[in-house]
Amino acid sequence: MMTTSTLPIAVKSAPSRSWQVMDWLVRRPSSFTLLLIVLVCGVVGAINPTFYSVANLFDILRASVVLGLFALGVLVVLAAGGLDVSFAAIAALVMYSLTKAVVQFWPDAPLALILLAGAGGGMLLGALNGLLVHTLSAPSLIVTIGTQYVFRGFLLTFIGTELFMNVPPAMDAFGKATLLTLNTASGGQTQLPAFVLVLAAAAILTWWLLERTLMGRAVFAMGGSLNIAERLGYNLRTVHVFVFAYAGMLAGVAGLMHVAANRLANPFDLSGIELDVIAAVVLGGARITGGRGTVAGTLLGVLLVALINNVLILAGVPSTWQKAVIGAFIVLAGAVFAIRRRG
Amino acid sequence: MEVLVKRAFSDGQLNFLVGVNILVLACAAVLTGADFLDPYNLQSMASQIPELGLLAIGVMLAMISGNGGIDLSGIALANLSAVVAGLLVPGLVAPDEAPQLYAVVFCAVALTVGLLGGLLNSVLIAIVGLTPILCTLGTQLLFTGMAVALTNGSGVRIDGAGFLETLGYENILNVPWSFALFAVIALAIGAWMRFSPNGVRLFLMGTNARAAQYAGVPRIRMLMMVYTISGVLASVAGIVIAARTSSAKWDYGSSYVLIAILIVVMAGVRPEGGYGRMICLVLSATALQILSSTFNFLDISNFFRDCAWGLLLLLFLASSRIDLRMFWSQAPHKGGTATRPPL
Repeated sequence: MMTTSTLPIAVKSAPSRSWQVMDWLVRRPSSFTLLLIVLVCGVVGAINPTFYSVANLFDILRASVVLGLFALGVLVVLAAGGLDVSFAAIAALVMYSLTKAVVQFWPDAPLALILLAGAGGGMLLGALNGLLVHTLSAPSLIVTIGTQYVFRGFLLTFIGTELFMNVPPAMDAFGKATLLTLNTASGGQTQLPAFVLVLAAAAILTWWLLERTLMGRAVFAMGGSLNIAERLGYNLRTVHVFVFAYAGMLAGVAGLMHVAANRLANPFDLSGIELDVIAAVVLGGARITGGRGTVAGTLLGVLLVALINNVLILAGVPSTWQKAVIGAFIVLAGAVFAIRRRG
Repeated sequence: MEVLVKRAFSDGQLNFLVGVNILVLACAAVLTGADFLDPYNLQSMASQIPELGLLAIGVMLAMISGNGGIDLSGIALANLSAVVAGLLVPGLVAPDEAPQLYAVVFCAVALTVGLLGGLLNSVLIAIVGLTPILCTLGTQLLFTGMAVALTNGSGVRIDGAGFLETLGYENILNVPWSFALFAVIALAIGAWMRFSPNGVRLFLMGTNARAAQYAGVPRIRMLMMVYTISGVLASVAGIVIAARTSSAKWDYGSSYVLIAILIVVMAGVRPEGGYGRMICLVLSATALQILSSTFNFLDISNFFRDCAWGLLLLLFLASSRIDLRMFWSQAPHKGGTATRPPL
């Protein structure tokens, strides 16, 4: 319970500081996330000094890749005022069917082509989400809960339920490729996998889209107010389809990264990750009602969730508490942001 | 007399749901043979409705209250309350020695957990100002996580002593007790919604939050009421599940969030708030149960079933976009809004 018990201090200590610090915190929602990360690191490090090791850092980065790719997609949807919970189902459908198809028909397919097909497949499924959300004009949460079950049900009914280990060699090699190899104190070696670069690339692309393009303006405008965005002349259908297709594309890539990292394709994988991802995005300061959110904040949120998932055991907290802790973090972060907005 | 008949058939959604029920029942009888309509099977179907129906009532109340209201934490809270009661109560009262007292204490503990969970949701939403989606996603994870942590991820066996056994397995006037309980609760809440001042206020608030505020509707108290009732109903569902299955587990009913929303959407409750009828909800729940039992009879896989539920949800979202007045010209004009609802 160490990590949770430190939280009230973090919340209460804010008003006691000087007004300027408060003001700075208010303007930067992600500062709260940073504070939580520092706190978690401090507490876990104090309990278990082995926490401060390169190997551990690499582990957390490795775990951040799939989570981060999903989170960037959700960030874009959230910024436009929607919510997507079907991304994990898209990722599972794309990764399993694509890996299965490649193994059966073209085992030597080059990696670039597989990635492109994954991104394309995810994009198509995401675009379907966007079209449905737009034409049904129903809350996107409800629509994507529906498509989530359709995608997963389709995968398990028609494509397959058995996991297989013989993933295509190109993906296997990609999963093994390392960026950096370091010797640890205990004499072993620890590696930073190359696929963390995919997350970096996706983060830069998402930042560019949101901050430097007209589509990014349209996304935030729509998240701020649907009616005003429409009156400003933005084509709502285009924006809807774009944000969900973008989230789907990143989900497709994330699914392939999952296969490459684990060197197996399991159709039951990636279920239940939805709430972790939404937690990461919300902890990163994106507003769930839309119109606000940053890539940097989201990456911090991802880091925090990956940290919690990885270090609870080091801090002596049984891993069964993981879900409860992340749930508590969602509620706490939401409460802090809600109070801050009013104050 | 003619006026009465006209009034009875004036609700398009209700006519539609009655039609769906008859159609589904007829299809089931044709597809599976006359076995389907024997009393034993009908009773078994009726005993499966309450758990989902109770959760759906909670979702409906939250949705009617408007402003993106929804309760996604229902099944998690139901499982948590059953788990807590299942772990705690056998240590307090021996089920063999005092079965009735055991059952009373069991229900009291479960209801208390439900009440506390509901209060947590309602304080976070009504007073702190969290978005209902975010809050109930977070508490869903929190409740599930607590149930995992308390049981280390395994199930809890529950002694169905005293009236718990009656509730789970016995009939009154050929109707399962659990269904009778559900009917009473649905009737009471339906009457509350329709005839009590607070019920009227609830609809006003969902139709136009600002107008309701100026009309003096106490927003905070109404929201508190809605989410607390929803929490208590979830714990009643937990008791029914415990009585019927003699066990409690954190991951029971993993697709219940989807199905509860499906029931509510099929019942014609408007996701943007302000409209919903209890009779429609009950009919929608029975139609889905008949369909589900038909799938059972036909031995259709769970995976395909999830796919079908997802498709049905999308289908009914689509059907609510089509104006039913085209088919039932005598239906009264409902005050449709010209603007798009928020995502």
